[in-house]
Amino acid sequence: MSITEAQIKPEINIKDVRKYFPIFEMPENRDLIYFDNAATSQRPLQVIKTWDKFNREYNANTHRGAYRIAEKATQEYEKARDKVAGFIGAGLSNEIVFVRGATEAINFVAYGWALKHVQAGDEILLSELEHHSNLVPWQMVAQKTGAKLKFIEFDESGQLKMEQYFQLLSAKTRLVAITQMSNVLGSITDVKSIINSALQVNARVLVDGAQTAPHMPVNVSNMDADFYVFSGHKMLGPMGTGVLYAKRERFEEMDPVFFGGSMISDVDYNSSTWNDIPWKFEAGTQNIPGVIGLGAAVDFLQQIGPDSVRAHDQALTDYALEQMQLIGQLKIFGPLTNRGPVISFSLADIHPHDLATFLDSHNIAIRAGHHCAKLIMKRLHVPATARTSFYLYNNKQEIDQFVITLDKAKDYFSKWI
Amino acid sequence: MDIDELYQEIILDHYKHPRNRGTLENADVKITGKNPFCGDEIILSLKLKDNIVTDVAFEGSGCAISQASASVMTEQIKGKTLSEARELFQEFSKMVKGEINYDPEKMDELAAFKGVCEYPTRVKCALLSWNALKNALEQKKE
Ligand SMILES: Cc1ncc(COP(=O)(O)O)c(C=O)c1O
Repeated sequence: MSITEAQIKPEINIKDVRKYFPIFEMPENRDLIYFDNAATSQRPLQVIKTWDKFNREYNANTHRGAYRIAEKATQEYEKARDKVAGFIGAGLSNEIVFVRGATEAINFVAYGWALKHVQAGDEILLSELEHHSNLVPWQMVAQKTGAKLKFIEFDESGQLKMEQYFQLLSAKTRLVAITQMSNVLGSITDVKSIINSALQVNARVLVDGAQTAPHMPVNVSNMDADFYVFSGHKMLGPMGTGVLYAKRERFEEMDPVFFGGSMISDVDYNSSTWNDIPWKFEAGTQNIPGVIGLGAAVDFLQQIGPDSVRAHDQALTDYALEQMQLIGQLKIFGPLTNRGPVISFSLADIHPHDLATFLDSHNIAIRAGHHCAKLIMKRLHVPATARTSFYLYNNKQEIDQFVITLDKAKDYFSKWI
Repeated sequence: MDIDELYQEIILDHYKHPRNRGTLENADVKITGKNPFCGDEIILSLKLKDNIVTDVAFEGSGCAISQASASVMTEQIKGKTLSEARELFQEFSKMVKGEINYDPEKMDELAAFKGVCEYPTRVKCALLSWNALKNALEQKKE
């Protein structure tokens, strides 16, 4: 069935959501089982059309032109900011800064905030679960400031050792930068309790929401995070879009990282003054259709409801874990409960890359490698894992097919290994 | 896509029974090759005399393609001159990258890796040991 505009209804039922994703309509993709959602999600027609509409109907630069289509572009861009603020429960729209992705958002905090507020002798607490994006920028900050990095370990099940966190936390802790959901093990961390304790020692907390914003309800105000970052492309939005949320006070403490057009309020020969928050952090022409497209992705997720997305993901994950555990010599890395839809595993002695290639030859897309989380690989003593990850358009039949194919892979390679 | 085109019997046999596995004492060159994307690693040791590869061995861990490729490579370069080994590297990398102007005559058992060119993400696996060899030979030149 092909998609017509009439089918795009205001309320979207998660059960028949797949039809909105044109990629699965392509003849060569009809049998594609896309299980690499932790890397990037597919995009619904609503997002593609929104992007397209901007280019066809009102392409213009924002915040500058005094003419109709420029005003429309500006309005739509700022509307997207309101939508994103609503989506993550930010009190104010100007607590949202658009960036290229989670990585850029973290770098923004590293350069704009941490280099100014972290000093020699301070400590930055991270966890072993971090994606390189939430590790390498802090190594840079530590090297430049003389601060020290400390790491919270994860236990055998893949959950953070909260007791160890409470012990590591001290008056020296300036910043805690922590992922809310591991992109490798799927473990979910109770960031609310991380933040409550950090407040006791007056430490700031950055939450990496790259894996949670797409998959569960998020409320940064309830959470009380200082910084919350995520990428648009993992939550149905366009690539090259992302969000840095910061509390108003944090943005006030922060310096711009990029300088140039749009971010200024006045310019003279040797110095300039800055525009208001958030625009002072958005130098130069932004990814305007991308951001407006991200707004459409937020609408799409809101029409389904983040609770429904979470319930759907969780049902699939529980089912997959149950079915995968029936396969002999299959090992799951990561917890069985309190987790998201990302499952890392190994099968017999098959190298993850060989397994991924075998699955690919059966039209199943999974990821093999270190998933940009080498600290996890070190702790698990493996060079790489295979990883499958689900989203709202996946279903149980796909998991059945996946499990059958894992069995086939085991047979195929068992002759040799 | 036929998976057997990639995982030829020769490849899986070398994966299961790697030849020249280990490390050479008194190696003239010892070099590590790493694939940063998957963590695969090969440690290559070579003995050279009068510009000839007199002995070679490899250690490491990785996927079937990278390990079998290392194993076949050691067999193919033993006894060859350094310039013959370099030439073989050139021809082999052309083949796995899907370029047509390589010399099939020179490939021998290496021809088993021809299917790799259909799997662009696996080209790096097939070339892991060969790139280590190339670096080793360059090191020797200096
Ligand atoms: C937990 C986590 N943090 C950060 C990132 C980086 O996101 P991006 O590459 O979109 O900047 C990812 C994406 O892989 C992730 O999974």
